[in-house]
Amino acid sequence: MVNYQQFMSTVQLGIKTLLLHKLRSGLTMLGIIFGVCSVIAMLAIGEGASFEAQERIKALGSNNIIVRSVKPPEESREQNNTSGRGSGIRYGLTYDDASRVYSTIPGVERVLPMRLIRERIRFFEIELPCQVIGTLSFYPEIVSIDLLKGRFIAHMDEVYKQNVCVLTSSLAQRLFPYHDPLEQTIKIAGVYYRVVGLVREINTPGDRPQSGESEGETLDNNVYIPLSTCKARFGETLVKRTGNTVNSETVQLHEMRIQMKDHLFVESADPQVRTMLTRFHRDVDYEITVPLQLLRQAEATKRMFNIVLGSIAAISLIVGGIGIMNIMLANVTERTREIGVRRALGGKKRDIITQFLVETVVLSIGGGLVGVVVGVIVPLVVTASTGMQTIITWWSVALAFSISGAIGVVFGIYPANAAASLDPIEALRHE
Amino acid sequence: MAEDPIIKIEGIERKYVMGDDIEVMALDGVNISIHQGEYVAIMGPSGSGKSTMLNLLGCLDRPTAGSYWLGGEDVAKMDDDSLSDVRGRRIGFIFQSYNLIAQLTVLENIQVPLFYQGKSMAESYDRCVKLANLVGLGERLTHRPNQLSGGQQQRVAIARSLVNDPLMILADEPTGNLDSKTGLEVLDLIDDLNDDGKTIVLVTHDNYVAERAHRVIHMKDGHVDREEIKRQAGESRQKVYKRR
Ligand SMILES: Nc1ncnc2c1ncn2[C@@H]1O[C@H](COP(=O)(O)OP(=O)(O)OP(=O)(O)O)[C@@H](O)[C@H]1O
Ligand SMILES: [Mg+2]
Repeated sequence: MVNYQQFMSTVQLGIKTLLLHKLRSGLTMLGIIFGVCSVIAMLAIGEGASFEAQERIKALGSNNIIVRSVKPPEESREQNNTSGRGSGIRYGLTYDDASRVYSTIPGVERVLPMRLIRERIRFFEIELPCQVIGTLSFYPEIVSIDLLKGRFIAHMDEVYKQNVCVLTSSLAQRLFPYHDPLEQTIKIAGVYYRVVGLVREINTPGDRPQSGESEGETLDNNVYIPLSTCKARFGETLVKRTGNTVNSETVQLHEMRIQMKDHLFVESADPQVRTMLTRFHRDVDYEITVPLQLLRQAEATKRMFNIVLGSIAAISLIVGGIGIMNIMLANVTERTREIGVRRALGGKKRDIITQFLVETVVLSIGGGLVGVVVGVIVPLVVTASTGMQTIITWWSVALAFSISGAIGVVFGIYPANAAASLDPIEALRHE
Repeated sequence: MAEDPIIKIEGIERKYVMGDDIEVMALDGVNISIHQGEYVAIMGPSGSGKSTMLNLLGCLDRPTAGSYWLGGEDVAKMDDDSLSDVRGRRIGFIFQSYNLIAQLTVLENIQVPLFYQGKSMAESYDRCVKLANLVGLGERLTHRPNQLSGGQQQRVAIARSLVNDPLMILADEPTGNLDSKTGLEVLDLIDDLNDDGKTIVLVTHDNYVAERAHRVIHMKDGHVDREEIKRQAGESRQKVYKRR
């Protein structure tokens, strides 16, 4: 019956027949090529984009709740104006907020307070903009950070308000082109600090808000100092002079990260933190970010994205399939005589079906193969030219390829049946 | 004739129903017997049912009434697949318009009937080459039909009709598309096959072609008008040539 050899020679015959009309076969395959290529490429780009987003969110910590101080909108702080010559405002999170969260909300492991100050750092002639972060010793356990050299701020530094600092490596590289940064002394706002360690922050620079108005600087310029030192050296009021107006801002904490014992507590703690803050803050001068929720949202978005992309790709594959079916129907008409001859020479209906089905499947699988190759190249080109991350998943390749094969079968059955059901005599008389 | 005929047709009818109640009796009660090794020509005016007859003989069609024994098998009531099988094993076709398959080479065209019997090219290669040589195309095994003349294509078709070692060869005006010289060559080839014992049934309009047969069946309006014996089985065809 359908032995292997016969099948293989049918496949050969199919290829030979298709090669007889190279241009036509090529054009017919284009539909499938585009379809398969777009499935793979679109999914790769989508995966890459959502992977990047998810990595950034994960770096914030899925056990954490992040609360940041936000300057309230103009109109609500109008009454704080002291004179026409400037303004002084007070807003944001307080030390009390931090301790209240820690002591009252169930499931809180720790609360990490932070102060963020834009300043300039100086080592001999080199002066660079930097972000001073006043924080506690367990910062590295809450924020994704790599300790490259030396140590992080220690608990004793905090207790004794030591003038020590830890630098991010990129800042250190520019500040100390020729020296080992460790144990060097740098100067910020007229105060000297000893460098005790080098770190690299993972994936977070874009998420850190900036205190004050100086924006647009590179963000990975962090200088970590003990919170107590920060409070003692910089105070709580920052004064900015622009022309002859003086603006002052009083902020106790710029950010606090609430680490929960388990991510299961995150969802219940979120509204509790909100309620507590509304009770003690007249204005909404804070902003709550829940990475876990962001992650869920990102996943949902990604699912939507995949569905939309998948539908577009599926439509293009179906269009390709219809193209194939169209050509195969024309093929059947054109080769009516051949079908008659084959029937006369002993070919059964099912042999004719096999022959035409094999041709269709060869077309679609051929298109699928080319599509896979192009579909794998496109994301690589995109990555190389735009720097966008792309991830080619094996399942998208398998999916696209098997769909192309299935399309060959589905859209090939009708023409193949049409060919097989021709009456041999009629077929022989054709033309 | 002592032995049983390889073809025995009794009271065959082939009725075409067109539209509501218009019926065409293409064949109307035909009885024919053909013996092994016979060369039979079917003649008759256009529309007399010759092609219909040949299609039935070739199992491409089923009669609406009557019986048809082919080599001891009753094929009148077989289903489509069995008919395909009978065609592939027992019958060789030669068509007026050659009907080679365009995308196949000479060799592959000759092999087609064996392909449908599940034989691989490797298995059938020797036989196909032998037949190609027999019809004088041993040098053109890898040519495509469109690289051959009409006469050459018809020779390939003859080789193809022989490849399954059929019970009989059916030819519907095999020289209809050929010039007279090539036509004669093809007819000579068919004569040779008959001399080697092949049964031939051939439809023609040409009296000279019919001269080569043992027996001529004249058809008219869907039935056999008369039968004409040209020569006895085994009698040499030499004198026929001379007479022409
Ligand atoms: N498919 C069909 N449908 C209806 N009538 C048909 C069909 N095929 C053949 N006929 C009729 O059957 C009759 C015999 O046709 P057939 O083709 O056998 O004639 P023929 O003897 O081969 O003629 P010619 O010498 O012209 O080839 C004709 O009257 C024809 O109209
Ligand atoms: Mg005819």
